[in-house]
Amino acid sequence: MTHTHSFNGTTATVALSGELDSHSARDSLQYIANVVDLCLPQALCLDLGALSFMDSSGLAVVLGAYRRMRELDGAFCVRNVPPQPMKVFSAVRLDRLIRFE
Amino acid sequence: MSDTLKMTFESRSVNEGFARAAVAAFAARLDPNLEELSDIKTAVSEAVTNCIVHAYPDEVGLIHITVVTDAAAGVIRVSVRDSGVGIPDIAQARTAMFTTGGAERSGMGFTVMESFMDDVRVRSRPGKGTTVTLTRRITPRMGGR
Repeated sequence: MTHTHSFNGTTATVALSGELDSHSARDSLQYIANVVDLCLPQALCLDLGALSFMDSSGLAVVLGAYRRMRELDGAFCVRNVPPQPMKVFSAVRLDRLIRFE
Repeated sequence: MSDTLKMTFESRSVNEGFARAAVAAFAARLDPNLEELSDIKTAVSEAVTNCIVHAYPDEVGLIHITVVTDAAAGVIRVSVRDSGVGIPDIAQARTAMFTTGGAERSGMGFTVMESFMDDVRVRSRPGKGTTVTLTRRITPRMGGR
């Protein structure tokens, strides 16, 4: 699992690449928390385009990021979700709570 | 004709990727499509995560996986067994959003297994361990295999 991020002054984008399971979830949570704390963005977007696998550990990562942005009264979205992770999101109806682009 | 794979490995999170990849490689003999293969990998990942996070919370134990493929019936059955703490209330553990794992867990492991597999069975005895059996039918491809 590798993480990268960018910040344009308003929106922070964090891109996750590789396999997101309980082995890598803690690092992802920490990475995202650090980006949010350092940038204090108005919006956070998770780019999952390079995610090759995700299990329910990824749900905790995405929900954690969503809750943190709610605390900051900021916007949150998840984009470029490949089919396998999207099926995990759909199984728990997370599309009712979170904006997917 | 049926075929069996057995493997045993330590309950370290680094082994999760190995476990699902090994099961997927064995499942390939049933010629599953990409989505079926992804579903199996995801469910196995959930079951193995439960062993690592919940069955052996404070120690490293052994996880035993048995995979049986039945090519004639087009069925794969995966059993994931541990000798960990066990589940006192299986119905509660299977409930969506229920977790004893804190904010780092979603409480959706069994929900994901149930939605990706045709059948999920759980047997557990507190103090003795848990076995989760996952069954998935593989759709025959056009023209047979």
